[in-house]
Order: sequence, then structure tokens, then C-alpha cells
Amino acid sequence: MAYDKFNILKTSAVPLPIENVDTDQIIPARFLKATERKGFGDNLFRDWRYNSDDSPKQDFILNNPIYSGKILVGGKNFGSGSSREHAAWAIYDYGFRCVVSSFFADIFRNNCLNIGVLPVQVSPEFLDRIFQSIEADPNTLFEVNLPDQSITILSTGEQELFDINDYKKENLLNGFDDIDYLLNIKEDIREFAKSRPL
Amino acid sequence: MSTRKTLFDKVWDSHVVKHIENGPDVLFIDRHMVHEVTSPVAFLGLKNRNIRVMHPEKTFATADHNTPTINQHLPVTDPLSANQLKMLEENATEYGISYWGLGHEKNGIVHVVGPEYGITLPGATIVCGDSHTSTHGAFGAIAFGIGTSEVEMVLASQCIMQPKPKSMRINITGELQYGVTPKDVALFIISQLTTSGATGYFVEYAGDVFSNMTMEGRMTVCNLSIEMGARGGMIAPDETTFHYIKDREFTPKGEAWNKAMDYWQTLYTDEGAEFDKELTFDGSQIEPMITYGTNPGMGMGISNDIPNSDTIQGGVASYKKSLQYMAFDEGDTMIGKPIDFVFLGSCTNGRIEDFRAFASIVKGRRKAENVTAWLVPGSHKVEAAIKDEGILDILTEAGFELREPGCSACLAMNDDKVPAGKYAVSTSNRNFEGRQGPGSRTLLASPLVAAAAAVTGKVTDPRELMEKEFA
Repeated sequence: MAYDKFNILKTSAVPLPIENVDTDQIIPARFLKATERKGFGDNLFRDWRYNSDDSPKQDFILNNPIYSGKILVGGKNFGSGSSREHAAWAIYDYGFRCVVSSFFADIFRNNCLNIGVLPVQVSPEFLDRIFQSIEADPNTLFEVNLPDQSITILSTGEQELFDINDYKKENLLNGFDDIDYLLNIKEDIREFAKSRPL
Repeated sequence: MSTRKTLFDKVWDSHVVKHIENGPDVLFIDRHMVHEVTSPVAFLGLKNRNIRVMHPEKTFATADHNTPTINQHLPVTDPLSANQLKMLEENATEYGISYWGLGHEKNGIVHVVGPEYGITLPGATIVCGDSHTSTHGAFGAIAFGIGTSEVEMVLASQCIMQPKPKSMRINITGELQYGVTPKDVALFIISQLTTSGATGYFVEYAGDVFSNMTMEGRMTVCNLSIEMGARGGMIAPDETTFHYIKDREFTPKGEAWNKAMDYWQTLYTDEGAEFDKELTFDGSQIEPMITYGTNPGMGMGISNDIPNSDTIQGGVASYKKSLQYMAFDEGDTMIGKPIDFVFLGSCTNGRIEDFRAFASIVKGRRKAENVTAWLVPGSHKVEAAIKDEGILDILTEAGFELREPGCSACLAMNDDKVPAGKYAVSTSNRNFEGRQGPGSRTLLASPLVAAAAAVTGKVTDPRELMEKEFA
């Protein structure tokens, strides 16, 4: 489905300085039973966020009102494990539009790009600087600039550039999706399929 | 540019419909497998766009993630699960897709039934909304997991759009020690590379250890490729492969078989072809493995002690958090740790050879009193073989029960949940926090290690219980 356009995002960020955050933590399997893409944000990080009696765990970052914003900052190897796109949906539905890490798992990164959440990969050093600046001031603002492919810590001006391929960048800037593209080349695909009799 | 190609290049390049400059390839998909959990939103997308499935004959649906493993003849009691299963059936019917639902004789875990019925073929591109689709790489296919947006793309256009991954070859030379299984080989590799060591790569497994491995063993290894971050893993097809697939229901027959064989025999990495990364390990050094932490990279030889945090790669805080969750300490010995549950099954280790291995240890012994064991075949076909080969009798005599096929406690979407704080020795693929139920603690291991734990009630080196000749 088509999604929101992404251009420049200026917001504070929520820090989750843990490595290898897998998609089972982002959304546990027992919450994958829906047949529509609705309400997944309520169960984002369910078992880190709530006790078994559904009361909030006070020490978890999403339950701490001093942290807010549309950027989620995670440790290295964010989004590993299961291919469930529900993880990206939960992040989007909760209100995040960008995830920053020093390293992303492949499938998670693709899933984010496909629904309009921008994965921004930065160097480990820059990631540390982001965590430090949020620790110093939870209201620290960041600018994620997709046209320039840059992320800036606005209080200090520190900046790093990030990679994204031109095709996906164009899609995000315009809110285009891959299916529209594929449907437009359907005749090429039909022709190709004739060579694949399997 | 070199004309010498890797196996991966050969298969990928022959499926590129279109290359987008500084963008992804449009890749044609030969086989699309669909299950109930990651497909409903994709079908909804088709409905909203008012389009049909482009190639229903290349699309195969089975119910597995959400299904109960007892009383499958009765209505599913969980209303949400029942609804997802009903949606898959309705979508399959509406779009003319073959559907092997609950109760169907061919029902089973998607990555078990695909190969069993010859849907999985060498040189094919295979996708499914499930990360363990990498299993099918055992046949020399490019097989990988995709997200639901991509499931919708494949339904709509039989293509996905992805940049070509980098290539890695992992060679394992020599001969495996007795008691060391394909699962141990895979857990060993992941322990060496970490869970992100192969991210961005597609892996080819090569060397004597894989040449000498059965198809089921190769499936176990390729299945776990995703656990080191790789998109997928593959093994060049050989006589073992061709023998396995010949005469299965969906494999080509007669002249079509001969023609396919001509092609399949070209599927190997050319001498001198280059990989972006190449690693070699000595297979004779691998021990039966066990994990002690909360990701599959946190594994070690079963006789070792849990590493100290000052010797590990990666973040110390995350490492300590992981051990804290498991209630283990640095330096602990795993042998002798009491366990509560044993799970034999999943797309990793739910095939007949896994049940044979498990039975070889429990034969003539008794299930430990403190252990709850869930033995879940990967499919009805596996279930039938367990009965035909007399394995069920061995299991029953040892105090075990056999359940009905499905993903079961691997991800605990159904009722097969390990309670909070309990330890499970599991032949599945992930030991993430809460993976087998909220608060559950998982030790990943081979069917032999699982069997040894099931009869002793604690972590036990299976070699102590094995007859030499079995290995």
C-alpha cells in the first residue's frame, strides 16, 4: 500500500541501547494473529514494556515520559530474526518514522523501506554520540534529511551521511510503492515468465 | 568482468527480469510458498487494488504456524488462530492456489512439505513470508524469507525487487566426529560468525562435510543461515540431491526431467570464481553444540563453560543482560544443568532423520520424570514414517507421546508454550527471549542432545549414551 512521503524529519528520539534486538522482542509471535494491519503499536516491545499482568514495566524506555519523538535509536544488529513485517508495522503504528542503528538485519531493513519507515545506518561512533546526547538531554533534536541523506544532532551540529539506493529514495520521497512499479512492467514479466517453464 | 560464476550468480542472474541502475533487481520467483500468518494483509492489498494472483500455479499455501498439535480433527479453539486459518483457506480458494490446510494429508510445516513433494527444485528462486525459507537452499535453489509487502508483490507480479546480495563461501573440511550432527555444524558456524556475521551476504556451503551430508542434514544447515544474518544459504546440487527429488509428486517427469537435469548439472561454482568473503573451518573440531544465551550465536561445544564477558565480541551489557535472562553465570558448565522441557520438531529438525536420531538415544530408556516432552513431526509424511519405521513404538515404550504436525513450540503461537522461567532443550532455531512462550528459556541443540536431556532430565553429552555404531 502507498505510504506517507518522507522528506525531512526534525524530532527528538527514543534510545534503546541494546544489541541484537530481534523481531520477536519488537513484536512477540502471539500478537501476529490479526488479519488486518491495525493496532500493532499497542504491542510494540510487549514483553519488555509490560509485566505478565499487563501493568507497565516502569524501567522500560517507552514507559518513561521523558523520552519521546519519531526516531527510535537501537543498538547494533537491530531487527534480526523473524521476517515478520509486523515488527516494522508496530514501530510505524506506535508513531516512529525512522529507526537509527549502526547495523540492521536485512529483511527488517527491507520491510521498513517497504512501508515508509526510514532505516538510517550510522557509524558505531556516531551511534554512541547520539546515545550520549540523548542521555545528556532527552529533548535533543535530530534532523533526518532524506534528500541530503544526512542525520544531524542539532544541538552540536554533528552530522553523518547515510546510504540509500536511488530507487528507494525516490519511492520514499514520493510515497510510491514497489507494486505500482511492478504492475507497470507486467508485460516484461509476462514475457520473461515464458522462459521459466518450471 | 570474469566469466567464472558462483552457483549463486548463475541462479540469481538467470532470474533478473530487469536491473534498475543504483537500485534493486526485479527478480522472477519460481515458487511462492504461503502460510496463514504473513499472508492475510498481502491478500487484502490485492483486493484493495482489485488485482488477481499472477501465477497461482507457482503459489502453494499451507497452514502451519498457528495450528494446534493435538486434536487437529476438532475445530481450532483460539478464535484469532481459527480466523487466520479460515482467511488463508478463503484466499486460496478465491485465487485458485493449492491449499494444504489442517487435516489435509499433505499438511505440514511449509519448509518440510515443499521439499517432500518436489516443489523445491535446484536452480529455482523460492520465497515465503518466513525467514527460514533459506531451508530450500539445500537443493541449490535461491530461497529466502520476505516481508508481507513483498508477499503482496509476488502474488501480484511473481517478482520482488531486491539488490543482489554479496557472496560468501563457507567451507567445512574433514570428517565430523561421532555424535556431531548437521545442527551442530550450523550452530558452530553461527557461534563463529555471530548473528550478524553474514548479514548482507548469500552463503554457499562447500567442502567434504556438506558433500557427505544427507539432504535432510543440508536442509538443517541451510535453514539456520538466517541466524547468522545471511539472506540465505545454498549447496550445489549433486547426486544426493537428484536422488532425493526424483519421482516426487511435483518434480518434472520423463523428457522434462532429462531437460531439467541438463540444466541442474551446470549448477556449481566455477573453478576460480570469486566470493566477497570466504571462510574455512575444520569439521573434525566441531563438538555437539548447545546455546546458553538469548541469540543463536551464543552457542558452544557442550563440554565447554559459558565464556566470560571480557572474552566475547560485542557489547558486554547486552551479553550480561542475556545471561541474566537465562539465570546463568559466566564460567558455568552447561553439563548437568536441570531442564524442564524438550522440544523435538520445527523446520530445522522436524524430519524423519531427526526422529531416528532422537529414538536411537531414548530406545530402552525412560523419559525423565521432571521433563515435559513435545515431539512434533514436521509433516504428516514424517508422522507416517515415524509409525512405519517402528519409531513410534520406541518412543511410546520410553514414555513419550507423538503430537500432530506444525510449527508448535518453535514460536509458540499455538498452545505449545514453555512457561516463564522454565528451561527447554529445543531442536528449533531461535533462543530469543520469550520465543517459546513469555519468560521461557531456550537451549538450542541437536536431536541427539535433546534426547539425552529428555532421558536424563538435565543437559547431558549425548555421546555418553550413544552406541558407537550409530554414528
